[in-house]
Amino acid sequence: MAQALLTVEDLYKSFGGVTATDHVDLQVIPGEIHAVIGPNGAGKTTLVAQLSGELRPEAGRVTFDGRVITNLPAHARARLGIARSFQITSLMLDMTARDNVALAVQAHAGHSFRFWADARRDRDLADTALVGLEEVGLADRADQTARIMSHGEHRLLEIAMALATKPRLLLLDEPMAGMGVEEAQRMIGFLAGLKGDKSMLLVEHDMDAVFALADRITVLVNGQVIASGAPDDIRRDEAVRRAYLGDEMVDASGSAD
Amino acid sequence: MKRDALSPANWTPRTWAMAVGLAILALLPGYVELTGATFYLDLASRLMILGIAAVSLNLILGHGGMISFGHAAYLGIGAYSVGIPAYYEIHNGFIQIPIAVACSALFALITGAICLRTKGVYFIMITMAFTQMVFFAFVSIEEYGGDDGLVIEMRSEFAGLFDIEDATRLYYFIFASLLATLYLVHRITRSRFGMVIEGARGNERRMHAIGYDTYRYRLVCYVIAGAICGFAGALLGNFTNFISPEMMDWTASGELIFMVVLGGTGTLFGPILGAAAFVLLEEWLSAITIYWHFLFGALLILVVLFWRGGLYGLVDWIGRAAWRKRS
Repeated sequence: MAQALLTVEDLYKSFGGVTATDHVDLQVIPGEIHAVIGPNGAGKTTLVAQLSGELRPEAGRVTFDGRVITNLPAHARARLGIARSFQITSLMLDMTARDNVALAVQAHAGHSFRFWADARRDRDLADTALVGLEEVGLADRADQTARIMSHGEHRLLEIAMALATKPRLLLLDEPMAGMGVEEAQRMIGFLAGLKGDKSMLLVEHDMDAVFALADRITVLVNGQVIASGAPDDIRRDEAVRRAYLGDEMVDASGSAD
Repeated sequence: MKRDALSPANWTPRTWAMAVGLAILALLPGYVELTGATFYLDLASRLMILGIAAVSLNLILGHGGMISFGHAAYLGIGAYSVGIPAYYEIHNGFIQIPIAVACSALFALITGAICLRTKGVYFIMITMAFTQMVFFAFVSIEEYGGDDGLVIEMRSEFAGLFDIEDATRLYYFIFASLLATLYLVHRITRSRFGMVIEGARGNERRMHAIGYDTYRYRLVCYVIAGAICGFAGALLGNFTNFISPEMMDWTASGELIFMVVLGGTGTLFGPILGAAAFVLLEEWLSAITIYWHFLFGALLILVVLFWRGGLYGLVDWIGRAAWRKRS
């Protein structure tokens, strides 16, 4: 197995009496899409929050590219090359799509203690932002205020912002959440296009998406990893079927959601 | 399509409002010269000083979403930075004003480092608490007059190069300061730094996720706003020739918020309009009734309920309505 980009060892987190992350081990190999699935309340979003730095684990270790990042805050992890999208859209709604992406570009173009030059006239930022919007097909919406854009466009803008930080690892928390079938297909196509280029940890409910995209799948139930492996192995795994996928997953084409 | 934004033909209603406002302020001394109504000079001087303070508050409140309820502390610190040296016969403005700016920046740095670790109503309360501390500190210092205040015998003079003893000269000094402040804040809010401040107001969580340590940027913004307001305080001390802790009473901080909200948060010239409305209404309404604060409150409620954009937003609306009528 290649050297892992992200290694999670024995991660533990509880809220009051509820164990949200129960000694989780996980690895993301460079270039792979590693999906994390599990029923509602399995602790997927809590896991992502600990990987992105929003939440501190109580025990365990997170290593990124050979460096222990367990206690680094979110912004420091982002600077190392970990980008994320949020399950619930999280944007600067009063800014234009272009400004949202430009801010992400700017975050990785040196420090921002620059007080004088007009940032919006900075070609480096504006052009790179536009390229980012083009990639997700939002170039014609560049000057729209994010607030008035559709839900599907918000999801794409989230991805564009994450990519604009030139990450080495993408943490995608249900990127297809709330999308229509067509929009979801568009997103799957887009993520498939990134495959091999970017390493991804994908949390997703949409089983079609997971089985279409993932190289490996980890199944989380009640904060515990009950199985981890190639999609075909996961599909055949007895424990997974019992706990989560249900009988409908017996045939390969089925969708649990 | 190439549009020259500097050409008056392409000015927005807002730009017009600012240009007209600044033109009136620039020409006012001439009018006063002709009519002898020096009272207006005083009124406009106060308006501009409070305007500078409101612009600085707007930088953190409007652009940064940091609702400070203690901004008057810097007016006081700035004014005492003129008053205390003057008390020891140091009248050089080249000494007084840097002291005012440096002390304000330092106070902002120390208190901001603590305040900015809190959010929402806690931030409001803690900024107010720090200002109350300064307020009571100056009340208790008998040497500088305690709560009776301190008379400044002589205004700042600038190493013999010029002085601001004359009311008209002081007026233009304040006016130039106002222009400089507006330009400075205009540049800051549009810079990379300004974008980060704006972004952190909109969605701090997202800003963290793309790699910004928003705390550091906010703290620097807080210090800049404090320094500018400290400068306004130095002007205020010079203008009133009298300083007292009352300048940093919590109601004074409230009045600054009032100006920003009434004028239009997050806009360049809005706080100046707010300060103008405040000073003029205070003047006129207090002549009509001693309960003028009541009318003031009513006005603020109306603006907050029905006109979120404040007076500056109103200018936009009137401008657009006029445009529709014409075409």
